[in-house]
Formats: sequence, C-alpha cells, structure tokens
Amino acid sequence: MNLLVDSNQAKSNSLISEAASERTLYPYVTGTSVIGIKYKDGILMMADMGGSYGSTLRYKSMERLKPVGKHSLLGASGEISDFQEILRYLDELILYDNMWDDGNSMGPKEVHNYLTRVMYNRRNKFNPLWNSLVLGGVKNGQKYLGMVSMIGVHFEDNHVATGFGNHLARPILRDEWHENLSFEDGVRLLEKCMRVLLYRDRSAVNKLQIAKITEEGMTISQPYALKTSWNLAAFQNPTAGAEGSW
Amino acid sequence: MKQQANWSPYDNNGGTCVAIAGADYCVVASDTRMSTGYSILTRDYSKICQLAEKSVMASSGFQADVRALQKVLAARHAIYQHQHNKQMSCPAMAQLLSNTLYYKRFFPYYAFNVLGGLDSEGKGCVFTYDAVGSYERVGYSSQGSGSTLIMPFLDNQLKSPSPLLLPAQDAVTPLSESEAIDLVKTCFASATERDIYTGDKLEIVVLNVSGIRREYMELRKD
Repeated sequence: MNLLVDSNQAKSNSLISEAASERTLYPYVTGTSVIGIKYKDGILMMADMGGSYGSTLRYKSMERLKPVGKHSLLGASGEISDFQEILRYLDELILYDNMWDDGNSMGPKEVHNYLTRVMYNRRNKFNPLWNSLVLGGVKNGQKYLGMVSMIGVHFEDNHVATGFGNHLARPILRDEWHENLSFEDGVRLLEKCMRVLLYRDRSAVNKLQIAKITEEGMTISQPYALKTSWNLAAFQNPTAGAEGSW
Repeated sequence: MKQQANWSPYDNNGGTCVAIAGADYCVVASDTRMSTGYSILTRDYSKICQLAEKSVMASSGFQADVRALQKVLAARHAIYQHQHNKQMSCPAMAQLLSNTLYYKRFFPYYAFNVLGGLDSEGKGCVFTYDAVGSYERVGYSSQGSGSTLIMPFLDNQLKSPSPLLLPAQDAVTPLSESEAIDLVKTCFASATERDIYTGDKLEIVVLNVSGIRREYMELRKD
C-alpha cells in the first residue's frame, strides 16, 4: 500500500519538475538558411535578414552573420535568441583568450571546436541551443569552413549550407564550386543560390548580407536586395497546363 | 503552436564499417559519407580513428556521439601511456571501449563500432560491438547501415569456424592481405548499390608488421 502511494508521489513529482524546468522544446523566432563557401583568398558567407515568428515575418533586420575574434565569422540559422546567447558565450571566450596577452588568438578551428562542444553539451542536458551554425575563417593562410547542428553533429567542407540551403543550394554549389573561385565569381555563385532560396523558401526575404573574411580581415556588407524576375510564365499563370483543377 | 516533431537528442548519420583479421594483418574500412535523413551532409568525413599504435576503430551511428566517444578513448589512452609508458594493446583497448560504452548504458552513445588491430603476438584481431558495450572477438565483422548487406556476404566468403567448437578454433581468416583488401572493396561497391547511407568514398586502413597504411577507393555518389 505504502509502495503504491510512494510510486504515485514519485510520478507526480517528476511531472512537476518537468513543467517547472525550462528548456527549448521548439523555437520561437527563427532565421532561415545560411550559406558559406571557400574561395581563392578566404571565405564568403551569405544570409538573409528575416526573423520568422512561426510563419509570420516578425523581424526584418536580423543580423545573422557576426564576427568572432580576429579570424572567424559566424552565421546562424534557427532560434535567434539562442544565437544571441551563443554570441555572448563567444564574447567571453574571446575576451578571456585576449586577457592572456600573449599575442596568440583563437582561430576558426578553435572557435568551431568550442561551438561543437557547447552544442553537444547542451543536447546532453536535453536543453538544446536551437541552431545550425556555420563557422568560417582564415588564419595563418589556412582557410576553414565548418558547420554544427543543434545536437552537436559537425563537419568541415568546401561549401556548407543550413536548412533549406542543404536541399536547394548545395546541389548548385557541388556543380559550380571550385578551389580557385575569384571573389566576384564567389559572390555571383552565392547570389545565385540565395535567389533560388528566395523563390522557393517561403521564409526567405529579399534583404541580404554577404560577408567576406580573408587574411587581411573581414567585412560584412550593408543589407541589399537581389534582382528578381517574376515574369516567368509559370509564376504569372500557375494553373496553365493544369486545366480543370479548380 | 508546435510545428516541429518532438525534439530528439539522437540522429542517424549512417555509414558502414568493416574489419577483417588475418594471421599477420588487419584491415579496417568504412565509407566517408555522412547523411541525415535523405540529405547528404558531406561526402568526405572519415569514420576511422586510430586509438593506439595497433588499434583502429571504425564507427557509424550518431556522429556527435561517435566524436565524444573518440575523445574519451583518446583521453583514457593518454592517461594509460603516462601510467604505463607503453601503448595499449588491442585487446585492452577492446575492453576499455566496452566499459566506456556501458558507462552510458542508460543514455547510450548511439555508436556502432568495429575495432581492429594486432594483438600482442602480432596476430590480426577484430572486436565487434553493440551500442551499449556487448562485444566479442571475431575474425571479421561489419557494423552500420550497410551491415545487413555485407555481413551475410562475408559469412559466405570467409566461413569462419563455429565459436562453439571445442577446443576453440582460430577465428582469423585464411585470406592474404591483398585478397582481404579486394574483398572489402567488393563488399562496399555492392553495399553502395542498395544502401543510400553508404557511398562517396571508401577509406581502408591496413595494419601489419611494417606499420599502418591507408588506401582510398571512389564509390558511387548517388
């Protein structure tokens, strides 16, 4: 009898602790795809500036490409608040690294590894940071481009893309990417990918930033829009060839 | 409003691993594709990790867990070297791997491993595991997404003596080193035809008296 009462008590206690503990079970405000590529002199990264609240376009000036230390660039899709939290972690990381005052500074490889461990550690606590992160950088002539998911899956590649980008942009990148891409060709390639995403990803918006990082330093562009054309027959008359559908 | 499916701490990133032990060599191989669902994340990710001079582990399953496991084993091996001033033997590493997996019995590493290497007599050895640390010394083994296609083929080709025989028979395969490498290549070329999680490139690690050597072979990319 006592046993029964005890087990019931234990059950309700665990329910209470479940409700009282706070963790991300689903995201609130999200950013869509980020794309990154290596090119001749460094890394290029591109993302739009939309922040979606479910299917509502809630924010239109979200900066999702951010510098980390001297040699790295971070792009994020997924929960925006978690991304901003990650930026606070990284600020501290870079500050403490700088306080050694030994002339050394963390490169993209170290930052990527740190992010990998943070993401995996949070998934182990069943309290994930709801993001896919792209980290790129150049240090000592070494280009670096990697990705981390919200459960800690990570890898390096010559080109990476999160979310929809993995479906729509990476096939284009696999076709057209090569080691000796010039800056202009790199930008053109990224814009081609973003244009496809703009047409086919409903949460993508036509206000984008592109970022460049080389041995000389990094620049993140002012927001700009891509030229689009909606005059294609299929866009103008979507029911042509589907007569009798409604 | 909930749009996503319930969050899971696990993912299956696919991949296939094979190891074959011979009298004086060991072959460990795996493909280099990393997937999630129907998407390929990257075509060039090595699933093979050298844990000690004569122990090589190939792992498939959940990549983040695999990486964590590799880090734990590397740290434990560094401690072992400081304490004993020598490399861990392959059978010792096999026991360590089992213990490390079982330590997380109730929140397992979603990792499917084969450990290959040379034992203290220089004989090839293969150890095969499940995710929670059950393991067995065998002559050959396959783990991961393509194992269902490869394992019966290896059984058919290598016909190892039953482990029930008394006195115990040696489990190493009768093949020569180059025959074993060819067999591994055939296995992966075949598995790639039917398993969507296997492909892109095959990485083969060969251990023998003269040391360790790596070979690569291209696989189908579709």
